Amino acid sequence: MNDGRRAVVQRPQSLEPLATHYCPGCGHGTAHKLVAQAIDELDLQEIAIGCAPVGCSAIMPRYFDVDMILGPHGRAPAVATGFKRALPEKIVFCYQGDGDMAAIGTAEIIHAAARGENITCFLINNAIYGMTGGQMAPTTLIDQVTTTTPLGRVKERAGSPLRMSEILATVDEAAYVERVSVDNPKNIRKAQKAVKKAFQYQMENRGFSMVEILSPCPTGWRMSPTDSRAWLVENLMEVFPLGLLKDKWEEQAT
Amino acid sequence: MAEIVLIKGNEAAGKAAIMAGCTHYYGYPITPQNEIPEYMSLHLPEAGGTFIQAESETSSINMMFGSAAAGMRTMTSTSGPGYSLMLEGLSHFAAAELPCVLVLVSRGGPGGGSLESTQLDYFSVTKGGAHGGYRNIVLAPMDVQEFFDHTQMAFDLADKYRMVAVVLTEATLGNMAKPIEIKRVHAVPSEELPAKDWVMRGKAGKKKKLIVGGAAPGFGSFNDLNELNRHLADKYRTVALNETRYEAIEIEEADVVVVAFGITAGGVKQSLIQLNQEGYRAGMIRPITLFPFPTEIIRKTSERVKKFLVVEGNMGQMVEDVQFAVGDKAEVSFLGKAEGLISLEEIYSAIRSLCEKG
Repeated sequence: MNDGRRAVVQRPQSLEPLATHYCPGCGHGTAHKLVAQAIDELDLQEIAIGCAPVGCSAIMPRYFDVDMILGPHGRAPAVATGFKRALPEKIVFCYQGDGDMAAIGTAEIIHAAARGENITCFLINNAIYGMTGGQMAPTTLIDQVTTTTPLGRVKERAGSPLRMSEILATVDEAAYVERVSVDNPKNIRKAQKAVKKAFQYQMENRGFSMVEILSPCPTGWRMSPTDSRAWLVENLMEVFPLGLLKDKWEEQAT
Repeated sequence: MAEIVLIKGNEAAGKAAIMAGCTHYYGYPITPQNEIPEYMSLHLPEAGGTFIQAESETSSINMMFGSAAAGMRTMTSTSGPGYSLMLEGLSHFAAAELPCVLVLVSRGGPGGGSLESTQLDYFSVTKGGAHGGYRNIVLAPMDVQEFFDHTQMAFDLADKYRMVAVVLTEATLGNMAKPIEIKRVHAVPSEELPAKDWVMRGKAGKKKKLIVGGAAPGFGSFNDLNELNRHLADKYRTVALNETRYEAIEIEEADVVVVAFGITAGGVKQSLIQLNQEGYRAGMIRPITLFPFPTEIIRKTSERVKKFLVVEGNMGQMVEDVQFAVGDKAEVSFLGKAEGLISLEEIYSAIRSLCEKG
């Protein structure tokens, strides 16, 4: 529309003009937007292939306006491997929850990284199984109450939270691993940079890239959207500190 | 002059796959099929393709899911325990209607089982196996030549119907070396294969494509699961109509008709030669496709022949499909064992005593 006005903020092209089914205060909406914005800014919409998880964001193929594959729970990095090896010129990304990546899909993600697959993986870590009603996740904090740890997670019986980014940073062939958060605008801007960098690494054939995004789940945590932000900062960030965990190319450069 | 080569069954399957245009093979070591990934690891990259030794059979099948979505001819091979790990993926293949080829070289079972040659995976492979009520196309080669031919044919059938095509064979056939004729065979002529217009290539200015291992309201090709399941049922009926394959030997004059598949049928074939020379009137119906199963020819034959014998390398699986085809029109006997090959003597005696029973 050429009426002298200029869009300052708009919906990313790579998202459909739809209201999502996500709960009020959920971090998936923001995470979706970050991924879509990066796809737009890097002009990848025509060649991007997304591999969706099982969990709340299994519905994401409806919301993204890019080609998407929905396979079995936890297997997205294997599916992405098969696609990328078939058509290396496409930009292939996985979007996974913590149950998807850190529990049922640990083998797939670790070995995709071990092979140095030139794909980009996003881990949305909200320390809970959202879609099934708030059960314990591999990332659930000690003492955190969930529907399967009604008295809080007890490490003697249920173990301690797994830190996927730290684990993946130890893998030789992983090129870029960073943990970010979508709790406030400042962190969202940092997250946006990380998401874009992860895609850029794939575009430059630099190998496996992964961004972990700490994300609130007010419904699963049984708190208000506002309280969930505070809880994320006070508790989740304690166990999952933000920051760059690995940049193979920068290490090589210095 | 066709090229004749002495080759092991498993290697013949690898060679056949490459000839049939397989470009992406994913696998995990498991006996008795290791010669297939070993062959592919060397020869597929030579042919410009991709070989990955996956971290598990679960990953193999999901890597195939990605390559199939990209439109590639993709294959894996495994044995029983690995096949079990692939079931989740196979159910998703069925739901997403993606094609792939799976070579299953059976061993003993259940559980870890043994390395013996058996036919214990009949139920799991022909009835679907995983959750959700789906079907695979199943080919059952009788010898190394057919193992080579069927592997090529499986790619055509998978592509034509957008289904998983399984080549079901046994440890013995996988590890047996025989001279075979190296020739290109097709189940469907290349020019008759439907265009893969569903293949994912990135939006590229068009409407986005979704490949979904299920039906989800609001996305995917089907509005609901009823629609998807009705479509799949129609497809399976079409497959049954078009692709049922069997071999019938001497059934016109027979008093006894044997039904057997795979390497067991090879044993039956040999026994029949001797029995026919001795004047016994026995024949065989050998299902070449186990799904679709040749129900109709067995039903028709049972209108005249009153004695059937099912021989299989398990404790009785295909015998249920034969019994269903025959109904109450004939008597169905069974000879089977679940550990090692059934000897020619056992087969010969079982057929002869049925013939003599009058």
